[in-house]
Amino acid sequence: MNTVAFAFTGVSIAIVSGSLFAPFYKYKLVRIVLTIFRSIHEIFWAFIFLPVFGLNSVTGIFAIAVPYSAIFAKRFYEIYQSTDLRACNELPRNSSPVLRFLFGALPLLYEEMREFSSYRVECAIRSSAVLGFIGLPTLGFHLESFFNEGKYSQAFAILLLFYVIIGTKKYWLRRKLVPVYFLTSIIFVWGNTHVVWANIVRFFTYDIIPWPMRRDGFINNTKQILWRPSETIDWFFTLLRGEVLPGARDTLILTQITFLLSGVFAILFIGLIVRKINKPLSRKFNRILLLVLRSTPEYIIAYIAIQLWGPSMVPGIVALVLHNSAVVTILTIRNADSLVLPLDVAKGKINCFFFHILPQIYSSFLGNLFYRWEVMVRESSILGVLGIYTLGFYIDSAISDDRMDKVIFLIMFMSIINIVIDSVSNKVRSVLLE
Amino acid sequence: MTVRYLIFIIAVIFLSVLFIRFKQDESRGAGEKKIQFTAIPDQDESRLTERFSQIALYLSKETGVEFVYIPVKSYAASVAAFKNGEVQLAWFGGLSGVRARRAVAGARAIAQGEEDKQFVTYFIANYRTGLTYSQQLSKELEGRTFTFGSKGSTSGRLMPEYYLRKIFNRTPGKIFKRVGYSGNHSKTIALVQSGSYEIGAVNYRVWEKELKEGKIDLTKVSVIWKTPEYTDYNWTIRPDVTEDFGTDFIDIVQNALLSLENRDILDTFPRKSFIKADNSMYDAILETGLAIGIFDE
Repeated sequence: MNTVAFAFTGVSIAIVSGSLFAPFYKYKLVRIVLTIFRSIHEIFWAFIFLPVFGLNSVTGIFAIAVPYSAIFAKRFYEIYQSTDLRACNELPRNSSPVLRFLFGALPLLYEEMREFSSYRVECAIRSSAVLGFIGLPTLGFHLESFFNEGKYSQAFAILLLFYVIIGTKKYWLRRKLVPVYFLTSIIFVWGNTHVVWANIVRFFTYDIIPWPMRRDGFINNTKQILWRPSETIDWFFTLLRGEVLPGARDTLILTQITFLLSGVFAILFIGLIVRKINKPLSRKFNRILLLVLRSTPEYIIAYIAIQLWGPSMVPGIVALVLHNSAVVTILTIRNADSLVLPLDVAKGKINCFFFHILPQIYSSFLGNLFYRWEVMVRESSILGVLGIYTLGFYIDSAISDDRMDKVIFLIMFMSIINIVIDSVSNKVRSVLLE
Repeated sequence: MTVRYLIFIIAVIFLSVLFIRFKQDESRGAGEKKIQFTAIPDQDESRLTERFSQIALYLSKETGVEFVYIPVKSYAASVAAFKNGEVQLAWFGGLSGVRARRAVAGARAIAQGEEDKQFVTYFIANYRTGLTYSQQLSKELEGRTFTFGSKGSTSGRLMPEYYLRKIFNRTPGKIFKRVGYSGNHSKTIALVQSGSYEIGAVNYRVWEKELKEGKIDLTKVSVIWKTPEYTDYNWTIRPDVTEDFGTDFIDIVQNALLSLENRDILDTFPRKSFIKADNSMYDAILETGLAIGIFDE
């Protein structure tokens, strides 16, 4: 219940603030800030908000709302750009821009915005479930407890419940019911919400200041902040050498292995479910399997895999590959199914697939794979929380040492990596799609 | 028609959930101020809930103020909750206690278990390693896989890491092939017993309790070394409770803990009794933490 409530409130806030930011997305500054917001995973947002708001609903809601706002802003802006807005020209010339937007553009954009929002609700439910692993009262919380104590049947029941919620989305997520859900969610989370202003102030003006600047004040208990440029630079470089670089290296290794294997597996999966060469029954079965893989958050797959094999790169790779190759397959399969094959099609399924189908869908497949690239980096670093030595591992350690200055620094660095990868993947994709 | 019907049903269900929720809030809001307390999640959650719901009842009865246990998922979260004033009292380990008291000026350690004066960590090993108990930590540990408990644990991380560094003169990452953090002591035992890790460091109270409950198979996992003694767990309280509950409230809570004689409750910890503690008893922990770089100096 909390899972859905967090997801709903988070997405609702995100839609509103995302729509507010969307018109300004063309400005560089706004775009940079929103890209940073977007590049930080929900779990890391929760890590940041946890010491600020404490263990209550606000943390969960904001952890979802902040990155999702940025995503909505970007997507809404893209929708706005790609829609044919000539109809607006028919409106009276002296009408205000706001009215023009509301009555001219919005009806044209509405359908696409609605579709995207509904898709994002599903993502938010997934994120919200995962937030349970770090202590918020969602499904992940119980899943982790049961797993930890070896109560696998209960854990499995929770997982099933999760699939039921996601799987039945199209039955319960109806336009008319949205206000009901929204109200329920708000009131549901309202009860356990309290924010202590002093904690927020302390976090932003004290906790995240680099340690060398706080050091003297801390020792003589005046909590004074001194300007210590040379020590701060030392602190900065020690961190860079000791944690950022090894963490970044492992994150990238994990990402690249995942990237390659996901590609290979996705091709295999496409081969297994493409309409032209598979029997309906096996196709259906494989498709369901893929849907399950896609809707299981990779964090949960990795968690389970780590329970089985202990923390190393292997479970991380397995989790990321399974999840991402399923996503890429589902994104690409629509293209593959709509292909028209020539009459003199090669005999044999394998020949047919590799010589007819694959070449035709290859560029869209690569496009989708590169689209997931940036997501993979984000997910690789997150898996560090589970004990694989990626950036997330160092962030988690810094959190358990209560060193928020380090946490912020590491997260900022991670965000930079994400942004670089994101822009590279955008370039590659625009070349591919031409 | 059916769709409409379905929508109606769902709406009704949701509204009734809301209604129940409101009722709960009312009954809760009417009460007086209460103390919320937490604890480091050092072992299985169901056991923690059992332990702390009992002591909450006891403390509520003794002090006349309602005590409510707030479970958390990590050591860091328990410290953060204490630091933010979301909880006023906490059952910390040595390390988390020091961390919390460093963050909240005036916070005091008021009690510890009788056993916490001389706490030790057991190093345990899977039977396939062929290692057996000895007075010294064997050099054969090198190159094996090793798991600590939580990153923020005294007996599962701080002390074992300190002695490993002292004996081998290297960081654990350099001694072992792979170093993990299982999350809690029950988990460490399970992982070493199953062979996921060859060696582990575990809180001796948790080990002995699980041994008594028959959860440990001694043919598969056994103790190979004990660390020297150190001071561990403690009850720590925030100074601002005196504002809400009176100037002598800290003493009242302290006395209630010290005079706890109910065996059932004490066995859940498991401790013989609680004795007086103060902040200076944990100075050695602070020193150790500084030495291995867990604390900033």
